[in-house]
Amino acid sequence: MTTTTAPAEAVRKTSPGAADGHPRRPGRIRRAGLPYLLLLPALLLELLVHLVPMVIGIVMSFKELTQFYIRDWTTAPWTGLRNYAMSVDFNAPVGEALLHSFLVTCAFTVLSVGLCWLIGTAAAVFMQDTFRGRGVLRALFLVPYALPVYAAVITWVFMFQHDNGLVNHVLHDQLGLTDKPSFWLIGDNSFYALLTVSVWKGWPFAFLIVMAGLQNIPRELYEAAALDGAGMWQQLRRITLPSLRPVNQVLVLVLFLWTFNDFNTPYVLFGKAAPEAADLISVHIYQASFVTWNFGTGSAMSVLLLLFLLVVTGVYLLLTSSGSTRGRRRGAA
Amino acid sequence: MRSIRAAAIGAVTLSLALAATACGGGSATGGGGSNDSPKTLTYWASNQGASIEVDKKVLQPELDKFEKQTGIKVELEVVPWSDLLNRILTATTSGQGPDVLNIGNTWSASLQATGALLPWDEKNFEKIGSRDRFVDSALGSTGAQGQDPAAVPLYSMAYALYYNKKILADAGVTEPPATWDELVAAGEKIKADGKQVLGAEGANLAENIHHVYVFAQQHGADFFTADGKPDFTSEGAVAAVKQYVDLMAKDEVIPPGNAEYAQNQSVSDFAKGRTAMLLWQSASANLKSQGRSEDDYGIAPVPVQSGTPGSGKQVNSMVAGINLAVFKNTDNLDGATEFVKFMTSDEEQKILNKAYSSIPPVKAAQSDPAFDTPANAVLKDTLAQSAVALPQVPDESQFETAVGTAVKDLFADAAAGRPVTTESVKAALEKAQQQMPAK
Repeated sequence: MTTTTAPAEAVRKTSPGAADGHPRRPGRIRRAGLPYLLLLPALLLELLVHLVPMVIGIVMSFKELTQFYIRDWTTAPWTGLRNYAMSVDFNAPVGEALLHSFLVTCAFTVLSVGLCWLIGTAAAVFMQDTFRGRGVLRALFLVPYALPVYAAVITWVFMFQHDNGLVNHVLHDQLGLTDKPSFWLIGDNSFYALLTVSVWKGWPFAFLIVMAGLQNIPRELYEAAALDGAGMWQQLRRITLPSLRPVNQVLVLVLFLWTFNDFNTPYVLFGKAAPEAADLISVHIYQASFVTWNFGTGSAMSVLLLLFLLVVTGVYLLLTSSGSTRGRRRGAA
Repeated sequence: MRSIRAAAIGAVTLSLALAATACGGGSATGGGGSNDSPKTLTYWASNQGASIEVDKKVLQPELDKFEKQTGIKVELEVVPWSDLLNRILTATTSGQGPDVLNIGNTWSASLQATGALLPWDEKNFEKIGSRDRFVDSALGSTGAQGQDPAAVPLYSMAYALYYNKKILADAGVTEPPATWDELVAAGEKIKADGKQVLGAEGANLAENIHHVYVFAQQHGADFFTADGKPDFTSEGAVAAVKQYVDLMAKDEVIPPGNAEYAQNQSVSDFAKGRTAMLLWQSASANLKSQGRSEDDYGIAPVPVQSGTPGSGKQVNSMVAGINLAVFKNTDNLDGATEFVKFMTSDEEQKILNKAYSSIPPVKAAQSDPAFDTPANAVLKDTLAQSAVALPQVPDESQFETAVGTAVKDLFADAAAGRPVTTESVKAALEKAQQQMPAK
């Protein structure tokens, strides 16, 4: 590895000077500073839009920010780690509820991401070959992804209604699968309702990305494999999936982060108080802060969530990228 | 080279501009109000009519009238209920809010605790007439006891039993039920006739609170101790919540499907003639907009445990209503008080409360014959004799969320056919109490 990169670096280092022809020192300094100068507006904006609110959020998590202090934050007393202690004390009600919500979110995310990926990849693979109506189908599949979240989810709310929703009409009235109409927006079934909407909304993105990834796999590979007698299943396992690896690595990560943090879907489906079975962490934190007016505890929970997602992302990238370099090396050998 | 220099200059300029705006933005607006912009006001109105458009049609002519009288232009925004409290909280936090706003009267003490609203001391009351112009029950829902009110009453409402005359007559029920036992008995007859009995909004936290609070009073209990500590698990409170949920679980007068109602579907059901009865506050205007004629339904007091409505254990409604508040940091303090004076004037009170089928909290306006119709008489009597204010404590809105959610979950249990027992109710309330801020 090192032997191949070193000459490349050396070349890169010498090339600007060589191409320039005039090794003027002040000019070089100016030129070295220029990228940073050009980056400055973006950096400042980043600071303003992302980092400052994040830092304020972290500061808030160390304060007792209830309704008595929100008008003037500076007067809110410091609480040290008490907000955190309360959030992770799993024997007490607040911590227990947070843990429950966290576990529900984990289960929901694994199922949702898994299904989104599976359906998206399957659809993309089946639509790899050209056939009549492919364009129309592609466009149709992307509709859930293109719809505004609120409009899409509120339609699902109507469909999931107990008394005159479409879902109960089909499952109960027409197919007779259930003894009596089920509740989808309250009680235990709400988990499946949430999962359905989330997968419906999320899989077109997986489809889109995998479809783009498939365009990059050379046709010759499949032709060669077919000549060698590889069936469709083997082509999928030996060519398609390994070639999609870098695409999948990013896709799964992005889907995971989006799904884990999803606020709009549960909020529009269930309103401010989600049923316990579908109590996703984002809505839970919203309720802990906005509805009970305790922004300090809510911030502490958000910071914990941020840390968790950072760790998961870090570990994921470490595992997958080391895996991919190993794979590449094996491929080279 | 020249283009590089231009780029560099551009970058530096942009950065400086950004830095300047970052420092300049969000100037502190804390502290008292001022009169820096005496010619404009921003007004957030709550959604009182059947839709936001209806509200605009009702309010705009009045605001124009105000502008003609005073030269002050009022920017109107009608905020839907689902957003109102969040918007107020955000405005409180940022200091960037309206000058005058509507608040649900049950939030008065909670919002009072933030210190963002102008306190209505004797001096401020003098500017709009006097404190005595308002009905006592309405003033009882304007903030914590012993403190200057955080707002003044604007519209008063009370719960009543709306009943479909034809369904009751068809089922052989001659009189609207006056006690809960009578309601359950009437329910048997109505169900035998194939109609739904009583509508409810099982997933609407505020509705749940309004009902269980009145039930608690009927059981001689409260959800807060005298010194403002949450006390959700007393025998009376548990019995109250159980009685309300039992209307679905045991008595089966509320249809199970209502457990997921939160968007006033129960009002539509009643308007469409699907349910026989509905407990609602000042529903006339809403029912009318859904095409239900006033001749089709009757209005009776909400049932009590036994006897007739009155005070103490005989209460049968909360004091519902809207208050008008002024943001303390307004930059048009005089204009804002002038506007409050205008909105609470006898004449405006009559116009607005007629439009919203509510009762004026201003004594002089109540004498208008329009508020003596049989429907309004029930509401007026209820407010005067048998309505109780929700707890005026800072934790009130947390209570609404915590206990409201508990009742929503209990309704979900009942709808799914799971038993609702004294133990399960107590456990749900205990969990709700644990979520309250530690004292």
